[in-house]
Amino acid sequence: MIVPIGHVLLLALILLLLGIACVLARRTLIMMLIGVEIMINAAGLVAVAGSALHRQLDGQILAVFLMAMTAAEVAISLAMVVYLRRRKGTIIADAFDGMKG
Amino acid sequence: MATTLFYILALVAVISTLLCITRRNPVHAVIFLVHTLFALALIFYLLGAPLVAVWEVIIYAGAIMVLFMFIIMMLELAPTGAGEGIGGHHWLSVLLLSLAILGCSVGILTLDPGHSANLPDFYATPAQFGYALFHHYPLAVELVSFQLLFAAVGAFYVGRSTPTREGAP
Repeated sequence: MIVPIGHVLLLALILLLLGIACVLARRTLIMMLIGVEIMINAAGLVAVAGSALHRQLDGQILAVFLMAMTAAEVAISLAMVVYLRRRKGTIIADAFDGMKG
Repeated sequence: MATTLFYILALVAVISTLLCITRRNPVHAVIFLVHTLFALALIFYLLGAPLVAVWEVIIYAGAIMVLFMFIIMMLELAPTGAGEGIGGHHWLSVLLLSLAILGCSVGILTLDPGHSANLPDFYATPAQFGYALFHHYPLAVELVSFQLLFAAVGAFYVGRSTPTREGAP
C-alpha cells in the first residue's frame, strides 16, 4: 500500500481529537464512554501502522491487547453507569458532584 | 488501488466519527460508531493485519457496541429529553483546543523527516500472528485472561441488584 506513514498518523490524530472533544463536550456518561472508545481505536490504528512500517508483529499484538483491555473496561464502566443511574436517576455527569470537586 | 481505498475509508471514518459525537440520541451515535469501526477494520486489513481487522469487527462492533446498545435500551436513554442536549456551551472551547493541538501536531509531523516514508507491503498471516503472540507474549496472554476475569467479577459486584448501604448487613 503506497501511503505515507504521516497520513495514517494524521488520521489517527484526527480520530483521537474527536474522541477527546466527545469526552470534554458531551454531558452524559454513555457519550463520554463512546469518546474513550474512539480514542482507544485511534491508538490501535497507530499500533497497527507502526507494525506495518517496521515489519514487526508486535504492533498488531498490542492492538489485540488493546481490544481485550477495552472489553474489560467497557464491562466495568457500563456496570457503573447502571449503578449510578440507579442511585441518582440520571446519567448526566454534572449530577455526580458529591465530593464537591 | 489500495491507496485510493485508504483515503476513502479514512474519509468515511472521520465523517462517521463526527456524526457520532454530535448525535443527540445515543443509539444513533452507537450506529455511527459502528460505521467508524468497519472503516477502521478495512484500514487494518490494508495495513496488513487481517486478523486484527476481523477481531475489530467481531469484538468491537459485534460485542462491545451491542453491549452499549443493550445498556442504552435497558436504561431507556433514547431519545434524551430537551434538557439533556449535546452540551452546546462547551463546543466552542473544545473546538479551539482541538484545532490548536491538531495544528501543533501537524507541524511536528511535517518537521519529522520520516513522515513521508511510504509504508512497505506487509501482510501477516494469522499463523504468523498466532505464533508471535503465543511464543513471545505468553505471560501477557495470561494477564489479559486474568484481567477479563477480574472485569467480569467487578461488573457483577458493581451491578448487583441490591446495593448495600453503610451499616447494612
